[in-house]
Amino acid sequence: MNASTNGFSVIGKPLPKPDAVSKVTGRAIYADDMLPPRTLHCRILRSPHPHARIVSIDTSAARRMPGVRAVITGADLPIKFGILPVTQDERALEHEKVRYVGDPIAAVAAVDEEIAAAACDAISVEYVVLEPVMSIDEALAEPKDERIQDYGGPNNIHKLVALEFGDVDGGFARADHVREDLFFFQGNTHLPMEQHSAVATFVDGRVTLWSSTQVVHYVHRALAKVLELPMNRIRVIGATHGGGFGGKTDPFAHEIIVCKLAMLTGRPVKCTLTREEVFYAHRGRHPVLMWVRTGVTKEGLITAMHFRTALDGGAYGSYGVASTFYTGALQTVTYDIPAYRFEGCRVFTNKPPCGPKRGHGTPQPRFAMELHLEKIAHDIGIDPVDLKQRNFVKPMTRTVNWLRVTSCGLDECTERVMNASKYRQREKRRGHGMGFAISSYMSGAGTAIYWNDMPHSEVQIKVDRGGVTAYCGAMDIGQGSDSVLAAIVAEELGIQAADVRLVTADTDTTPIDLGSYSSRVTFMAGNAAIQAARKMRGMLVEAAAAKMGSAADAVAVGAGRIGEFSFEEASILAEARFGTLTSAGSYTPPKIAGPYKGSGVGPSPAYSFSACVVDLDADPRTGLIRLNKVWIAHDVGRAINPLLVEGQVEGGVYMGLGEALMEEQAFRKGLHKWPSMLEYKSPTFLDMPEVETFIVETVDPEGPYGAKEAGQGPLLPVPPAVSAAVFDALGVWVDEVPVTPEKIVEALRRKEKGEPARFGPSRFPAIPYPACIKVEPPPKELDRAAPASI
Amino acid sequence: MAREVDRQVVALEVNGERAELLLPVHKTLLEVLREDMQLTGTKHGCELGECGTCTVLVDGKPELSCLLLPVQLEGRSITTIEGMASGSQLHPLQQAFVELGAAQCGYCTPGILLAAKSLLESDGHPTRDAIREALAGNLCRCTGYSKILDAIELAADRIKSSSPPAGEVARSAGGGATSA
Repeated sequence: MNASTNGFSVIGKPLPKPDAVSKVTGRAIYADDMLPPRTLHCRILRSPHPHARIVSIDTSAARRMPGVRAVITGADLPIKFGILPVTQDERALEHEKVRYVGDPIAAVAAVDEEIAAAACDAISVEYVVLEPVMSIDEALAEPKDERIQDYGGPNNIHKLVALEFGDVDGGFARADHVREDLFFFQGNTHLPMEQHSAVATFVDGRVTLWSSTQVVHYVHRALAKVLELPMNRIRVIGATHGGGFGGKTDPFAHEIIVCKLAMLTGRPVKCTLTREEVFYAHRGRHPVLMWVRTGVTKEGLITAMHFRTALDGGAYGSYGVASTFYTGALQTVTYDIPAYRFEGCRVFTNKPPCGPKRGHGTPQPRFAMELHLEKIAHDIGIDPVDLKQRNFVKPMTRTVNWLRVTSCGLDECTERVMNASKYRQREKRRGHGMGFAISSYMSGAGTAIYWNDMPHSEVQIKVDRGGVTAYCGAMDIGQGSDSVLAAIVAEELGIQAADVRLVTADTDTTPIDLGSYSSRVTFMAGNAAIQAARKMRGMLVEAAAAKMGSAADAVAVGAGRIGEFSFEEASILAEARFGTLTSAGSYTPPKIAGPYKGSGVGPSPAYSFSACVVDLDADPRTGLIRLNKVWIAHDVGRAINPLLVEGQVEGGVYMGLGEALMEEQAFRKGLHKWPSMLEYKSPTFLDMPEVETFIVETVDPEGPYGAKEAGQGPLLPVPPAVSAAVFDALGVWVDEVPVTPEKIVEALRRKEKGEPARFGPSRFPAIPYPACIKVEPPPKELDRAAPASI
Repeated sequence: MAREVDRQVVALEVNGERAELLLPVHKTLLEVLREDMQLTGTKHGCELGECGTCTVLVDGKPELSCLLLPVQLEGRSITTIEGMASGSQLHPLQQAFVELGAAQCGYCTPGILLAAKSLLESDGHPTRDAIREALAGNLCRCTGYSKILDAIELAADRIKSSSPPAGEVARSAGGGATSA
């Protein structure tokens, strides 16, 4: 642990989470732990076909079954919804057409789950089965029957993006060396330990939903739309959360369904997805095929880059438009690319929709770009680490695509992992390898999902006879956002974190926070909390100063005291002086998006940076990999709680290793190949190597006490570092994730036969990208006095 | 369509407390603990015996409650996470998990704590690899396992070096093999 506590009493301390005791004693109440009196259980009938028209749905037999209280179909919930305003393409229940195996068709509420399941079996649906579209190539071709969605196009293309920044052709023309490569990143899923669960009640004309969601506000909006109720008639509460990783960031059908069933039956209704249903609910990592072309000088400086992506999106929009932009947005945040062309394409296929998973749209291009630069370094005879370092972005600059980089710890992160791993002195023997990679991620998106000028996070504080309560819509999904709120309020008020009561993620009682996605909570709710707490502190200090007969700036705050008074005494003085003691703070990100269409994806008030070294042994006979150790350094700006930052970094490394080596969401004829936790391989205790974590603190100028994100960035460098280490060990490239033993063995076989020593995609399809929107790059240097200005 | 369900009165001893329940014979221990006994500290991740989340102790040994039927368990001593602390005194493993941030979302935590308790009762000072081996059936998606390993090692150290009072807490808190 190497975080600083300089000048702070709470910030920087490795404090336990506020709910740690309830979690270790089994008393934390997750959504499925709730069973209000008279609860009905809901099961959902789902499509067995990947692509079909629904001719008829007969629910009469199900309705007659004893114990069944309600059966609903798409006719009961016809209004479409979706997380992005531009892709409102989902229905809670589909009555016209199904687009993937698992698409919901009908739902039953019954007195127990077995009856509900039996009633689902008793519903008969007549389909006209359509030819499924199962790959990027098939989606680009003329459909055999009909398109999956009735928007987008041509064929089953969902979204096309083409942007060009600076003089790309000129950049390639002045390059001494130009290289092209192809990469593929297979899709994978979040696999939260907790299956999605939701419980709804309808009492006194108001719907209340408890759900394992990452985004109570967006669920609130979707419910209002589909149920046709004003938002003030709906309350969404985030139950204790059993893991998200992006997988609970869309509003889901089952959340809407239980509300509708509660309204119809007048009883509480609960729906918990089975593990198999969780695999089909998905919204996970997009499979992405990538082509990249880069020009460099003979010193290894990048002159231009051209990056193409093709995303297999699954059947619905989800976050897909944003995901598409993200596959091209952050390449420029780690490396100084003076001219950059990005062409992206997302297609619809008859598979569960893909969406955001930890790193949202950026681990795929990160994998491609890190390996691509390794190969360029080998081509021109420069050490790959040197080549990368020569191109690192500098703090307080703007990228060619108008992203504002403030603090940047890339050099320090690299130095830390290089020194600790002794990468440069590594043992060179066949079968042993080390790989290095870097990355960056956003501390929250600079723009909201739906366009508005309101704050992205708000915090209220109430002080009442010494008791402090902080209210915020932020949802703690295990990452520790509650800890951050408590630490900040305690720091500002001079009390202990454990003295702060928290009320979070409840749309009735807490002011808004947009939710736990895009690594935004520490930065945004943290800044809102500082503002609210400083206002409260001002009132306490003013009251204490008046009583002391001294100036406010002479009143010391800390160690549970406000000037001469205990915190409780000061709060009584302040309440007598001002009345009810409440304060509020909010955070709105600076308007820093560039002047072009599509510039809303990528800007963030600050970026985190990571560097990683993986040490492994790879058996040249079997291709089996044994991980020896991972070193990772993460520039978190400032660690508000270093224990939790380490936990996020280690968890990110773990998830990155799972994606790099084994996790795979693959389908056969529309069916998931392995929708179970046994067959969908994820790393166990035995698979995880030791991880040595270094926290780097660059103190961001706009972060709360300088803090930036930690939840997503540290995953990103891991897959390319693994593949680079395999090359170091065996001299073959696996340009595809996951890096499995059979791919390694096949690459070795090709090498022996004198073919290119690699395993990976061999072609990039012809995609009808439109002409690029050409964008003039911004001035490179940032105005240090006013970094928020464009 | 009425269903024919065999029911049976089953006497279960959970966390040292005896309860008689009329249960459908096919109902799993996991379901009975959560739905009939309100012991919702036992979580579920797959209900197929794949993830380890629903681990409880039966006569002190870790078992997957989603694969057990209560009718098999009469006369056996069952410990769930609710029976791990001694009153409000946390078990040293629970205390170490709190201090070291070994629970993030906390959903896999009850199962891992119980499996670790069983391990430490049979091997007071396991190596890191022995801990990995013992817990290989328990998946966690948040922590990367590092902080869990650290916490189990810390708890083992504390149990070993503790003065008798804390040691008694450790031994008496379980209600597993040693409970009467």
